[in-house]
Amino acid sequence: MKSLKIGKQTIRFLSAPSLVAAASVVGPKEGRGPLSQHYDIILDDPINHTESYEMAEHTMLLQACKHCLTKANMQEEQIDLILGGDLLNQILSTTLTARELQRPFIGLYGACSTMAESLLMGSICVDGGYAENALCAVSSHYCTAERQFRYPLEYGNQRTPAAQWTVTGAGAFLISHTQHSPVCIPCGTIGKVMDYQIKDANNMGAAMAPAAADTLAAHFQDTGRTPKDYDHIFSGDLGKVGSDLLKNLMKQKGYALIEDNYTDCGLMVFDPKDDVHAGASGCGCSAVVLSAYILDKIRIGAWKRVLFMATGALMSTTSSQQGESIPGIAHAIVLEHREDGMK
Amino acid sequence: MKHNIPDSVIKNYQTMVRKLTPKSPLGSGCLRAFVVGGFICIIGQAATDLSHVYLDLNASEALTFGSVFLVFITALLTGIGVFDRIARYAGAGTVVPITGFANAMVSPAMEFKAEGWVLGTGAKLFTIAGPVLAYGISTAVAVGILYFLIGW
Repeated sequence: MKSLKIGKQTIRFLSAPSLVAAASVVGPKEGRGPLSQHYDIILDDPINHTESYEMAEHTMLLQACKHCLTKANMQEEQIDLILGGDLLNQILSTTLTARELQRPFIGLYGACSTMAESLLMGSICVDGGYAENALCAVSSHYCTAERQFRYPLEYGNQRTPAAQWTVTGAGAFLISHTQHSPVCIPCGTIGKVMDYQIKDANNMGAAMAPAAADTLAAHFQDTGRTPKDYDHIFSGDLGKVGSDLLKNLMKQKGYALIEDNYTDCGLMVFDPKDDVHAGASGCGCSAVVLSAYILDKIRIGAWKRVLFMATGALMSTTSSQQGESIPGIAHAIVLEHREDGMK
Repeated sequence: MKHNIPDSVIKNYQTMVRKLTPKSPLGSGCLRAFVVGGFICIIGQAATDLSHVYLDLNASEALTFGSVFLVFITALLTGIGVFDRIARYAGAGTVVPITGFANAMVSPAMEFKAEGWVLGTGAKLFTIAGPVLAYGISTAVAVGILYFLIGW
Protein backbone atom coordinates (compact mmCIF):
# COMPACT_ATOMS: atom_id res chain seq x y z
CA MET A 1 0.00 0.00 0.00
CA LYS A 2 1.21 3.45 -0.89
CA SER A 3 1.93 5.53 2.18
CA LEU A 4 0.08 8.79 2.50
CA LYS A 5 2.32 9.95 5.29
CA ILE A 6 4.88 12.67 4.64
CA GLY A 7 7.74 12.78 7.13
CA LYS A 8 6.85 12.27 10.77
CA GLN A 9 3.47 13.89 11.38
CA THR A 10 2.08 15.15 8.10
CA ILE A 11 -0.52 13.32 6.02
CA ARG A 12 -1.60 14.05 2.47
CA PHE A 13 -4.98 13.51 0.89
CA LEU A 14 -4.81 11.96 -2.58
CA SER A 15 -8.03 13.48 -3.83
CA ALA A 16 -7.60 16.80 -1.96
CA PRO A 17 -11.19 16.91 -0.64
CA SER A 18 -13.20 20.05 -1.33
CA LEU A 19 -14.37 22.41 1.33
CA VAL A 20 -17.64 23.24 -0.38
CA ALA A 21 -19.47 25.41 2.13
CA ALA A 22 -19.03 27.09 5.49
CA ALA A 23 -21.27 28.98 7.86
CA SER A 24 -20.60 31.13 10.91
CA VAL A 25 -22.89 32.23 13.73
CA VAL A 26 -21.65 34.67 16.38
CA GLY A 27 -22.92 36.46 19.47
CA PRO A 28 -23.67 40.20 19.69
CA LYS A 29 -20.25 41.22 21.09
CA GLU A 30 -18.45 39.34 18.27
CA GLY A 31 -20.97 40.84 15.84
CA ARG A 32 -19.67 44.32 16.74
CA GLY A 33 -16.07 43.25 16.06
CA PRO A 34 -13.81 43.96 13.08
CA LEU A 35 -15.21 41.05 10.99
CA SER A 36 -18.79 42.21 11.59
CA GLN A 37 -19.96 42.28 7.96
CA HIS A 38 -18.50 38.84 7.14
CA TYR A 39 -20.55 36.64 9.49
CA ASP A 40 -23.58 34.72 8.23
CA ILE A 41 -25.72 35.12 11.34
CA ILE A 42 -25.28 37.47 14.30
CA LEU A 43 -27.39 36.62 17.36
CA ASP A 44 -29.31 39.51 18.88
CA ASP A 45 -29.10 37.99 22.37
CA PRO A 46 -26.38 35.76 23.94
CA ILE A 47 -29.04 33.39 25.31
CA ASN A 48 -30.51 33.01 21.79
CA HIS A 49 -34.13 33.00 23.04
CA THR A 50 -33.65 29.78 25.03
CA GLU A 51 -33.82 28.87 28.73
CA SER A 52 -30.10 28.46 29.41
CA TYR A 53 -26.73 29.37 27.92
CA GLU A 54 -26.04 25.69 27.25
CA MET A 55 -29.14 25.52 25.08
CA ALA A 56 -28.10 28.80 23.49
CA GLU A 57 -24.76 27.31 22.46
CA HIS A 58 -26.44 24.20 21.11
CA THR A 59 -29.03 26.12 19.08
CA MET A 60 -26.30 28.38 17.74
CA LEU A 61 -24.35 25.34 16.52
CA LEU A 62 -27.47 23.84 15.00
CA GLN A 63 -28.12 27.12 13.18
CA ALA A 64 -24.57 27.03 11.80
CA CYS A 65 -24.99 23.42 10.58
CA LYS A 66 -28.32 24.12 8.90
CA HIS A 67 -27.06 27.31 7.32
CA CYS A 68 -24.01 25.46 5.98
CA LEU A 69 -26.25 22.82 4.39
CA THR A 70 -28.43 25.52 2.85
CA LYS A 71 -25.35 27.19 1.38
CA ALA A 72 -24.18 23.84 -0.03
CA ASN A 73 -27.69 23.22 -1.35
CA MET A 74 -27.83 19.89 0.44
CA GLN A 75 -30.32 17.92 2.49
CA GLU A 76 -29.57 16.59 5.98
CA GLU A 77 -29.90 13.01 4.67
CA GLN A 78 -26.94 13.56 2.35
CA ILE A 79 -24.56 13.99 5.28
CA ASP A 80 -22.65 10.75 5.89
CA LEU A 81 -20.80 11.87 8.95
CA ILE A 82 -20.85 14.63 11.52
CA LEU A 83 -17.52 15.36 13.22
CA GLY A 84 -17.43 17.97 15.88
CA GLY A 85 -16.96 19.13 19.43
CA ASP A 86 -17.05 21.99 21.88
CA LEU A 87 -15.60 22.92 25.26
CA LEU A 88 -18.32 21.68 27.59
CA ASN A 89 -18.36 18.44 29.59
CA GLN A 90 -19.52 15.53 27.45
CA ILE A 91 -19.23 17.93 24.46
CA LEU A 92 -22.81 18.77 25.26
CA SER A 93 -23.62 21.34 22.57
CA THR A 94 -22.38 19.09 19.76
CA THR A 95 -24.09 15.99 21.15
CA LEU A 96 -27.43 17.78 21.32
CA THR A 97 -26.92 19.07 17.79
CA ALA A 98 -26.17 15.55 16.54
CA ARG A 99 -29.31 14.34 18.35
CA GLU A 100 -31.27 16.86 16.33
CA LEU A 101 -29.66 16.11 12.95
CA GLN A 102 -29.92 12.30 13.21
CA ARG A 103 -26.87 11.53 11.11
CA PRO A 104 -23.87 9.31 12.03
CA PHE A 105 -21.81 11.21 14.56
CA ILE A 106 -18.29 11.06 15.98
CA GLY A 107 -17.66 13.47 18.83
CA LEU A 108 -14.23 15.06 19.13
CA TYR A 109 -12.49 16.87 21.93
CA GLY A 110 -9.37 18.88 21.32
CA ALA A 111 -10.30 21.94 23.39
CA CYS A 112 -9.89 24.97 21.11
CA SER A 113 -7.96 22.90 18.55
CA THR A 114 -11.16 21.00 17.69
CA MET A 115 -11.72 23.10 14.55
CA ALA A 116 -8.56 21.86 12.81
CA GLU A 117 -8.98 18.41 14.39
CA SER A 118 -12.45 17.98 12.87
CA LEU A 119 -11.30 19.23 9.45
CA LEU A 120 -8.38 16.76 9.56
CA MET A 121 -10.65 13.87 10.50
CA GLY A 122 -13.24 14.95 7.93
CA SER A 123 -10.61 15.07 5.18
CA ILE A 124 -9.29 11.64 6.18
CA CYS A 125 -12.79 10.13 6.04
CA VAL A 126 -13.73 11.76 2.74
CA ASP A 127 -10.38 11.04 1.11
CA GLY A 128 -10.46 7.44 2.30
CA GLY A 129 -13.90 6.99 0.82
CA TYR A 130 -15.61 6.43 4.16
CA ALA A 131 -17.87 9.41 3.65
CA GLU A 132 -18.99 11.41 0.63
CA ASN A 133 -20.01 14.42 2.67
CA ALA A 134 -18.67 15.16 6.13
CA LEU A 135 -19.98 18.00 8.25
CA CYS A 136 -17.38 19.46 10.63
CA ALA A 137 -18.89 21.61 13.36
CA VAL A 138 -17.59 23.30 16.50
CA SER A 139 -18.84 25.88 18.95
CA SER A 140 -17.98 27.80 22.09
CA HIS A 141 -19.94 30.24 24.20
CA TYR A 142 -18.54 32.83 26.60
CA CYS A 143 -21.26 32.27 29.20
CA THR A 144 -21.06 28.45 29.27
CA ALA A 145 -17.26 28.41 29.30
CA GLU A 146 -17.14 30.96 32.13
CA ARG A 147 -19.41 28.96 34.40
CA GLN A 148 -17.64 25.66 33.68
CA PHE A 149 -14.06 26.88 33.92
CA ARG A 150 -14.16 30.11 35.92
CA TYR A 151 -16.68 32.15 37.90
CA PRO A 152 -20.38 33.04 37.71
CA LEU A 153 -21.01 35.78 35.14
CA GLU A 154 -22.05 38.45 37.61
CA TYR A 155 -19.18 37.77 40.00
CA GLY A 156 -17.06 40.89 40.22
CA ASN A 157 -13.37 40.21 39.69
CA GLN A 158 -10.52 41.55 37.64
CA ARG A 159 -8.91 39.59 34.81
CA THR A 160 -5.17 39.47 34.43
CA PRO A 161 -3.68 41.14 31.32
CA ALA A 162 -2.85 37.70 29.80
CA ALA A 163 -6.42 36.38 30.16
CA GLN A 164 -8.48 35.78 27.02
CA TRP A 165 -12.16 36.10 26.24
CA THR A 166 -14.05 33.03 24.98
CA VAL A 167 -15.77 33.65 21.66
CA THR A 168 -19.52 33.08 21.46
CA GLY A 169 -19.61 31.51 18.05
CA ALA A 170 -20.16 28.40 15.99
CA GLY A 171 -18.80 27.29 12.66
CA ALA A 172 -19.90 24.48 10.34
CA PHE A 173 -17.98 23.27 7.31
CA LEU A 174 -18.87 20.76 4.63
CA ILE A 175 -16.08 18.61 3.23
CA SER A 176 -17.12 16.74 0.15
CA HIS A 177 -15.97 14.26 -2.44
CA THR A 178 -18.82 14.86 -4.82
CA GLN A 179 -18.76 18.60 -5.33
CA HIS A 180 -16.15 20.82 -6.81
CA SER A 181 -15.14 23.90 -4.97
CA PRO A 182 -12.41 26.51 -5.30
CA VAL A 183 -11.12 25.48 -1.85
CA CYS A 184 -9.43 22.14 -1.25
CA ILE A 185 -7.47 20.45 1.53
CA PRO A 186 -4.33 18.72 0.19
CA CYS A 187 -2.59 17.89 3.47
CA GLY A 188 -2.43 18.43 7.19
CA THR A 189 -0.18 17.96 10.20
CA ILE A 190 -1.32 16.16 13.34
CA GLY A 191 0.08 17.69 16.50
CA LYS A 192 1.61 16.20 19.62
CA VAL A 193 0.64 17.14 23.15
CA MET A 194 3.29 19.52 24.46
CA ASP A 195 3.65 20.67 28.04
CA TYR A 196 6.22 23.25 29.05
CA GLN A 197 5.03 23.30 32.66
CA ILE A 198 2.75 26.33 32.47
CA LYS A 199 0.34 26.24 35.40
CA ASP A 200 -1.32 29.65 35.10
CA ALA A 201 -4.88 29.01 33.88
CA ASN A 202 -5.08 32.73 33.06
CA ASN A 203 -2.30 32.45 30.52
CA MET A 204 -3.57 29.91 28.00
CA GLY A 205 -1.51 31.46 25.21
CA ALA A 206 1.69 30.51 27.04
CA ALA A 207 0.41 26.97 27.62
CA MET A 208 -0.39 26.49 23.91
CA ALA A 209 2.51 28.26 22.18
CA PRO A 210 5.03 25.37 22.52
CA ALA A 211 2.54 22.95 20.90
CA ALA A 212 1.92 25.45 18.11
CA ALA A 213 5.64 25.87 17.49
CA ASP A 214 6.16 22.11 17.53
CA THR A 215 3.39 21.44 14.99
CA LEU A 216 4.49 24.30 12.71
CA ALA A 217 8.13 23.17 12.76
CA ALA A 218 7.07 19.55 12.11
CA HIS A 219 4.96 20.72 9.17
CA PHE A 220 7.83 22.66 7.61
CA GLN A 221 10.28 19.80 8.18
CA ASP A 222 7.92 17.15 6.80
CA THR A 223 6.94 19.11 3.70
CA GLY A 224 10.27 20.81 3.05
CA ARG A 225 8.48 24.15 2.92
CA THR A 226 9.16 27.39 4.77
CA PRO A 227 6.79 30.14 6.00
CA LYS A 228 7.45 31.92 2.67
CA ASP A 229 5.62 29.13 0.80
CA TYR A 230 2.33 30.28 2.32
CA ASP A 231 0.32 33.34 1.42
CA HIS A 232 -0.81 33.43 5.01
CA ILE A 233 -0.36 31.42 8.20
CA PHE A 234 -3.05 31.51 10.88
CA SER A 235 -2.92 30.24 14.43
CA GLY A 236 -6.16 29.58 16.30
CA ASP A 237 -6.39 31.42 19.59
CA LEU A 238 -2.96 32.11 21.01
CA GLY A 239 -3.86 35.72 21.73
CA LYS A 240 -1.34 38.52 22.09
CA VAL A 241 0.94 36.76 24.59
CA GLY A 242 0.81 33.35 22.90
CA SER A 243 1.44 34.65 19.38
CA ASP A 244 4.43 36.70 20.57
CA LEU A 245 5.78 33.54 22.20
CA LEU A 246 5.17 31.54 19.02
CA LYS A 247 7.12 34.07 16.93
CA ASN A 248 10.05 33.82 19.35
CA LEU A 249 9.98 30.02 19.42
CA MET A 250 9.82 29.80 15.62
CA LYS A 251 12.79 32.10 15.30
CA GLN A 252 14.73 29.75 17.62
CA LYS A 253 13.69 26.77 15.50
CA GLY A 254 14.96 28.46 12.34
CA TYR A 255 11.57 29.08 10.71
CA ALA A 256 11.01 32.74 11.52
CA LEU A 257 7.43 33.79 10.77
CA ILE A 258 7.14 36.80 8.52
CA GLU A 259 5.45 39.71 10.23
CA ASP A 260 2.85 40.46 7.53
CA ASN A 261 1.85 36.91 6.66
CA TYR A 262 1.25 35.50 10.11
CA THR A 263 -1.89 36.35 12.13
CA ASP A 264 -3.55 34.87 15.18
CA CYS A 265 -7.33 34.48 14.87
CA GLY A 266 -7.59 35.47 18.55
CA LEU A 267 -6.61 39.01 17.59
CA MET A 268 -9.22 39.33 14.83
CA VAL A 269 -12.58 38.74 16.53
CA PHE A 270 -12.95 41.55 19.05
CA ASP A 271 -12.45 45.25 18.93
CA PRO A 272 -9.29 45.86 21.06
CA LYS A 273 -11.26 48.57 22.89
CA ASP A 274 -13.74 45.94 24.08
CA ASP A 275 -11.74 45.03 27.24
CA VAL A 276 -10.76 41.50 26.16
CA HIS A 277 -7.15 41.72 27.38
CA ALA A 278 -4.91 39.29 25.43
CA GLY A 279 -7.57 38.51 22.79
CA ALA A 280 -10.16 35.91 21.90
CA SER A 281 -10.19 32.16 22.53
CA GLY A 282 -12.44 29.11 22.21
CA CYS A 283 -13.31 26.64 19.46
CA GLY A 284 -15.55 29.28 17.97
CA CYS A 285 -12.67 31.75 17.63
CA SER A 286 -10.75 30.00 14.87
CA ALA A 287 -13.98 28.57 13.41
CA VAL A 288 -15.69 31.88 12.72
CA VAL A 289 -12.52 33.54 11.42
CA LEU A 290 -11.93 30.60 9.08
CA SER A 291 -15.50 30.57 7.86
CA ALA A 292 -16.12 34.29 7.63
CA TYR A 293 -12.76 35.58 6.49
CA ILE A 294 -10.05 33.10 5.50
CA LEU A 295 -12.15 30.90 3.20
CA ASP A 296 -13.52 33.90 1.31
CA LYS A 297 -9.98 35.05 0.51
CA ILE A 298 -9.05 31.58 -0.78
CA ARG A 299 -12.31 31.22 -2.69
CA ILE A 300 -11.70 34.37 -4.72
CA GLY A 301 -8.07 33.39 -5.24
CA ALA A 302 -6.54 36.29 -3.31
CA TRP A 303 -4.63 33.63 -1.39
CA LYS A 304 -3.47 30.45 -3.15
CA ARG A 305 -2.16 28.54 -0.15
CA VAL A 306 -2.93 29.05 3.53
CA LEU A 307 -1.83 27.17 6.64
CA PHE A 308 -4.53 27.06 9.29
CA MET A 309 -3.50 25.80 12.70
CA ALA A 310 -5.93 25.63 15.62
CA THR A 311 -4.44 25.51 19.10
CA GLY A 312 -5.92 23.97 22.22
CA ALA A 313 -5.17 24.12 25.95
CA LEU A 314 -6.27 20.70 27.20
CA MET A 315 -6.99 21.96 30.68
CA SER A 316 -9.09 20.12 33.20
CA THR A 317 -10.24 22.20 36.17
CA THR A 318 -9.67 19.15 38.40
CA SER A 319 -6.05 18.47 37.41
CA SER A 320 -5.34 22.20 37.38
CA GLN A 321 -6.50 22.48 41.02
CA GLN A 322 -4.36 19.46 41.86
CA GLY A 323 -1.33 21.39 40.64
CA GLU A 324 -0.83 19.70 37.26
CA SER A 325 0.44 21.86 34.40
CA ILE A 326 -1.65 22.59 31.30
CA PRO A 327 -1.01 20.35 28.27
CA GLY A 328 -1.30 22.05 24.88
CA ILE A 329 -1.94 20.77 21.37
CA ALA A 330 -2.10 22.19 17.85
CA HIS A 331 -3.23 20.68 14.56
CA ALA A 332 -2.65 22.24 11.15
CA ILE A 333 -4.31 21.90 7.77
CA VAL A 334 -3.32 23.35 4.43
CA LEU A 335 -6.03 25.07 2.40
CA GLU A 336 -5.43 25.70 -1.28
CA HIS A 337 -7.20 27.59 -4.04
CA ARG A 338 -8.15 25.30 -6.93
CA GLU A 339 -8.67 26.92 -10.33
CA ASP A 340 -10.82 24.18 -11.89
CA GLY A 341 -13.12 24.19 -8.89
CA MET A 342 -14.61 27.49 -10.01
CA LYS A 343 -16.91 25.74 -12.45
CA MET B 1 11.55 15.02 34.37
CA LYS B 2 8.41 14.89 32.29
CA HIS B 3 7.77 14.14 28.62
CA ASN B 4 11.51 14.07 27.76
CA ILE B 5 11.77 17.83 27.45
CA PRO B 6 15.12 18.95 28.93
CA ASP B 7 14.89 21.14 32.03
CA SER B 8 16.97 23.84 30.35
CA VAL B 9 14.38 24.17 27.56
CA ILE B 10 11.55 24.49 30.10
CA LYS B 11 13.55 27.07 32.07
CA ASN B 12 14.33 29.15 28.97
CA TYR B 13 10.70 29.06 27.93
CA GLN B 14 9.42 30.11 31.33
CA THR B 15 11.84 33.04 31.33
CA MET B 16 10.51 34.00 27.90
CA VAL B 17 6.92 33.75 29.20
CA ARG B 18 7.71 35.98 32.17
CA LYS B 19 9.28 38.54 29.85
CA LEU B 20 6.39 38.60 27.34
CA THR B 21 3.44 38.40 29.73
CA PRO B 22 2.24 41.88 30.69
CA LYS B 23 1.98 42.56 34.41
CA SER B 24 -1.15 43.82 36.15
CA PRO B 25 -0.79 47.60 36.58
CA LEU B 26 0.02 47.76 40.29
CA GLY B 27 0.04 51.53 40.80
CA SER B 28 -3.21 52.41 39.02
CA GLY B 29 -4.83 49.23 40.39
CA CYS B 30 -4.06 50.24 43.98
CA LEU B 31 -5.23 53.78 43.35
CA ARG B 32 -8.55 52.63 41.90
CA ALA B 33 -9.08 50.16 44.75
CA PHE B 34 -8.30 52.91 47.28
CA VAL B 35 -10.70 55.45 45.73
CA VAL B 36 -13.63 53.09 45.06
CA GLY B 37 -13.13 51.12 48.31
CA GLY B 38 -12.94 54.40 50.22
CA PHE B 39 -16.08 55.66 48.52
CA ILE B 40 -17.96 52.47 49.51
CA CYS B 41 -16.81 52.94 53.10
CA ILE B 42 -18.07 56.53 53.06
CA ILE B 43 -21.48 55.29 51.92
CA GLY B 44 -21.47 52.66 54.67
CA GLN B 45 -20.48 55.23 57.29
CA ALA B 46 -23.12 57.66 56.04
CA ALA B 47 -25.81 54.95 56.21
CA THR B 48 -24.73 54.11 59.76
CA ASP B 49 -24.63 57.73 60.98
CA LEU B 50 -27.86 58.79 59.27
CA SER B 51 -29.75 55.76 60.59
CA HIS B 52 -28.49 56.65 64.08
CA VAL B 53 -29.81 60.19 63.75
CA TYR B 54 -32.96 59.82 61.66
CA LEU B 55 -34.18 56.24 62.32
CA ASP B 56 -33.50 56.47 66.03
CA LEU B 57 -31.31 53.32 66.10
CA ASN B 58 -28.76 52.85 68.89
CA ALA B 59 -25.04 52.62 68.03
CA SER B 60 -24.92 48.84 67.58
CA GLU B 61 -28.18 48.72 65.58
CA ALA B 62 -26.88 51.52 63.36
CA LEU B 63 -23.72 49.49 62.56
CA THR B 64 -25.90 46.56 61.50
CA PHE B 65 -28.01 48.90 59.39
CA GLY B 66 -24.88 50.16 57.58
CA SER B 67 -23.85 46.59 56.67
CA VAL B 68 -27.36 45.59 55.61
CA PHE B 69 -27.61 48.71 53.47
CA LEU B 70 -24.36 47.92 51.58
CA VAL B 71 -25.35 44.26 51.13
CA PHE B 72 -28.72 45.31 49.73
CA ILE B 73 -27.22 47.81 47.28
CA THR B 74 -24.64 45.23 46.12
CA ALA B 75 -27.26 42.53 45.63
CA LEU B 76 -29.37 44.97 43.62
CA LEU B 77 -26.43 46.06 41.44
CA THR B 78 -25.39 42.42 40.94
CA GLY B 79 -28.95 41.53 39.96
CA ILE B 80 -29.16 44.20 37.30
CA GLY B 81 -25.71 43.28 35.96
CA VAL B 82 -23.84 46.45 36.92
CA PHE B 83 -21.72 45.28 39.86
CA ASP B 84 -19.26 43.16 37.85
CA ARG B 85 -18.44 46.20 35.72
CA ILE B 86 -17.69 48.32 38.78
CA ALA B 87 -15.62 45.45 40.22
CA ARG B 88 -13.63 45.07 37.00
CA TYR B 89 -12.59 48.69 37.42
CA ALA B 90 -12.11 48.70 41.19
CA GLY B 91 -10.60 45.25 41.92
CA ALA B 92 -9.95 44.87 45.63
CA GLY B 93 -11.88 48.11 46.19
CA THR B 94 -15.14 46.18 45.86
CA VAL B 95 -13.89 42.77 47.03
CA VAL B 96 -12.55 43.76 50.46
CA PRO B 97 -15.59 45.63 51.88
CA ILE B 98 -18.78 43.66 52.66
CA THR B 99 -19.84 44.32 49.03
CA GLY B 100 -17.43 41.58 47.90
CA PHE B 101 -19.11 39.05 50.17
CA ALA B 102 -22.61 40.04 49.05
CA ASN B 103 -21.63 39.73 45.39
CA ALA B 104 -19.98 36.34 46.03
CA MET B 105 -23.32 35.07 47.39
CA VAL B 106 -25.70 36.63 44.90
CA SER B 107 -23.80 35.86 41.68
CA PRO B 108 -23.78 32.02 42.06
CA ALA B 109 -27.40 32.14 43.25
CA MET B 110 -28.34 33.79 39.95
CA GLU B 111 -25.98 31.79 37.78
CA PHE B 112 -27.02 28.32 38.88
CA LYS B 113 -30.77 28.94 39.02
CA ALA B 114 -30.97 27.18 35.63
CA GLU B 115 -30.12 23.89 37.41
CA GLY B 116 -33.03 24.29 39.84
CA TRP B 117 -33.57 25.71 43.33
CA VAL B 118 -32.12 22.73 45.22
CA LEU B 119 -29.26 21.31 43.12
CA GLY B 120 -28.54 24.63 41.43
CA THR B 121 -28.93 27.69 43.63
CA GLY B 122 -29.00 25.73 46.90
CA ALA B 123 -25.96 23.58 46.24
CA LYS B 124 -23.82 26.22 44.53
CA LEU B 125 -24.71 29.22 46.72
CA PHE B 126 -21.48 28.99 48.72
CA THR B 127 -19.06 28.01 45.94
CA ILE B 128 -17.18 31.31 46.17
CA ALA B 129 -18.02 32.48 49.69
CA GLY B 130 -17.64 28.98 51.18
CA PRO B 131 -13.84 28.98 51.64
CA VAL B 132 -13.97 32.48 53.17
CA LEU B 133 -16.65 31.36 55.63
CA ALA B 134 -14.92 28.08 56.50
CA TYR B 135 -11.54 29.63 57.23
CA GLY B 136 -12.93 32.91 58.58
CA ILE B 137 -15.04 31.12 61.18
CA SER B 138 -12.25 28.64 61.98
CA THR B 139 -9.85 31.52 62.59
CA ALA B 140 -12.42 33.24 64.81
CA VAL B 141 -12.87 30.08 66.88
CA ALA B 142 -9.10 29.58 67.22
CA VAL B 143 -8.57 33.17 68.31
CA GLY B 144 -11.55 32.81 70.71
CA ILE B 145 -9.98 29.78 72.40
CA LEU B 146 -6.63 31.56 72.64
CA TYR B 147 -8.35 34.58 74.17
CA PHE B 148 -10.11 32.30 76.69
CA LEU B 149 -6.87 30.56 77.71
CA ILE B 150 -4.75 33.68 78.05
CA GLY B 151 -7.73 35.29 79.71
CA TRP B 152 -7.15 38.98 79.29
